[in-house]
Amino acid sequence: MTEPLVMARALVKRFGNFVAVDHIDFDVLPGEAFGFLGPNGAGKSSTMRMIGATSPRSGGELRVLGVEPDDYGPQVRARLGVVPQEDNLDTELSVSDNLYVYGRYFGIPRRQLRQRVAELLDFAQLAERAGDRVNDLSGGMKRRLTIARSLVNQPELLLLDEPTTGLDPQARHLLWDRLHRLKRSGVTLLVTTHYMEEAEQLCDRLVVMDRGRIAAMGSPRQLIERYVSREVVELRFDDEEAPAMASLVNGLAPHTEALADRLLLYTEDGDLTAQAVARRGLKPTNVLVRRASLEDVFLRLTGRQLVD
Amino acid sequence: MSSPAPRVGVTVASPRFARPAALVGRNLMVQKAVPYVWATGLVEPVFYLLSIGVGIGHLVGKMPGPNGAEVPYAAFVAPALLASSAMNGAVYECTTNIFDKLHWAKIYRGVVATPLTPRDIAVAEVASAVVRSALYSAAFLVAMAVLSGTRSPWALLALPCAVLVGLAFAACGFMSACYMRSWTDFDKVMLVQMPLFLFSATFYPLSVFPRWLQLLVEAAPLYQGVAACRELCLGQPSWDIIGHLAYLAALAGAAMAISTRRATKLLTP
Ligand SMILES: Nc1ncnc2c1ncn2[C@@H]1O[C@H](COP(=O)(O)OP(=O)(O)OP(=O)(O)O)[C@@H](O)[C@H]1O
Ligand SMILES: [Mg+2]
Repeated sequence: MTEPLVMARALVKRFGNFVAVDHIDFDVLPGEAFGFLGPNGAGKSSTMRMIGATSPRSGGELRVLGVEPDDYGPQVRARLGVVPQEDNLDTELSVSDNLYVYGRYFGIPRRQLRQRVAELLDFAQLAERAGDRVNDLSGGMKRRLTIARSLVNQPELLLLDEPTTGLDPQARHLLWDRLHRLKRSGVTLLVTTHYMEEAEQLCDRLVVMDRGRIAAMGSPRQLIERYVSREVVELRFDDEEAPAMASLVNGLAPHTEALADRLLLYTEDGDLTAQAVARRGLKPTNVLVRRASLEDVFLRLTGRQLVD
Repeated sequence: MSSPAPRVGVTVASPRFARPAALVGRNLMVQKAVPYVWATGLVEPVFYLLSIGVGIGHLVGKMPGPNGAEVPYAAFVAPALLASSAMNGAVYECTTNIFDKLHWAKIYRGVVATPLTPRDIAVAEVASAVVRSALYSAAFLVAMAVLSGTRSPWALLALPCAVLVGLAFAACGFMSACYMRSWTDFDKVMLVQMPLFLFSATFYPLSVFPRWLQLLVEAAPLYQGVAACRELCLGQPSWDIIGHLAYLAALAGAAMAISTRRATKLLTP
């Protein structure tokens, strides 16, 4: 059996009396893409920083690349790539100097580094902007530069904290494409996100985090099969009386959720259920039949929506 | 259990020098891009020397030197300007700059994700300030030899002495930057720095003060640098210099230790 790249047991992070990460257990295996899905404040970034050896753990066990990150910080960080939630590029340096200087922090020899910088500029599609100031780049370009920067030391494990938050769909797909390429080349990915689409796109396995705890773990498919049905019928109501309507759909689906403006009916056959709704004489303003997603898993597990 | 072996092409630079050296390299790269910063640092103390040493020197005439014998005012004040400009340069370099990198530009957030530690960052920033301060001091010594007629070979030792002043105050500057919460806190740094500059026997001998103020000044950090540089530049060294240097070295060491602890808290919460 291969040894996990990251192993956490009863891992805890406290800030004063506040418990940000509350006894979580997980393993990340070599070559996989592992995700942390959760709403704001779930403790995703705190977990990533502990793994990245930039935040000491408050309790439990943590091993990264076989050692304790708190004891071997520089050695662990030398083999990691980190894409932080907030870009922290060096605004006093040009695009290419950002990569070059970062490589120097890893002790990469100058000549080798110059070659590496050229490769990374191509990878991030930023070769034409090499001499520009970082602040002149668009959000998507900055994000690509941050990802390129995290690869300068050819990391075995890449930590991506909300890699595509704030990007438009096109920029997001370009980034996903880059991350798929990295994964194919054997890099292990750890991704946090609060987009279920991103988790479904990128992750082989993921944990759903909520309030510092792990609510569920598995592949996106497994989680959907385990916690929700195959399809969902969404009934939207105009007068915001969805909760009051909940009793009227009793028995139409094995499980229902009532949101402020919608009812969600979890069912194996959406079209059949939609027809049954119509037969009862209900008149929602909109009926949508769709496949269940991780968003539904999250709702089922916590009773709350992921992105509000 | 095996300790992680770095992959080909990635060396974990040896802890003592190589890691901070990469950040010093980064700072030099940035500074090369703004030559006027270098120019002002060189020109400012020379202006002081001209206006105060030579200008006011005409009115004041002579002053008693460390051993009691009278010396021209320019020769009296120049070594004090050497020490104070080493202080001012180092404090300026460290406080604003470091505060910006910590809280606004957030540059260090990226740096601590590499093999560098908060301690490496403190060492590198202080070293960068000291390198610059040393260049200014060397240039000032040359100007001093030309303008105020410094001739003693002892004056050459005033350079390492000024560098030590730079080191001690750069470390204090880094430390203050780590404790500052907003830009207005710089006023508090000025509140310490100004009186040090004005009262450390910079412009007149200690003997003009009442006894209680003399004791206070003798305990202040810049006074150590002023007294040591003055004795050396006037060619009248005494054993007191050892005490002055030890004071500055201890200050530098203490400020570095506190800086490292504080920076670790801020950067790796
Ligand atoms: N340095 C800190 N000091 C005090 N509290 C902190 C600190 N960092 C995080 N927290 C708190 O810990 C909790 C978890 O934060 P964390 O950043 O890990 O969440 P997250 O899942 O990444 O959320 P988001 O999706 O908003 O990025 C939050 O309540 C946050 O306020
Ligand atoms: Mg976060």
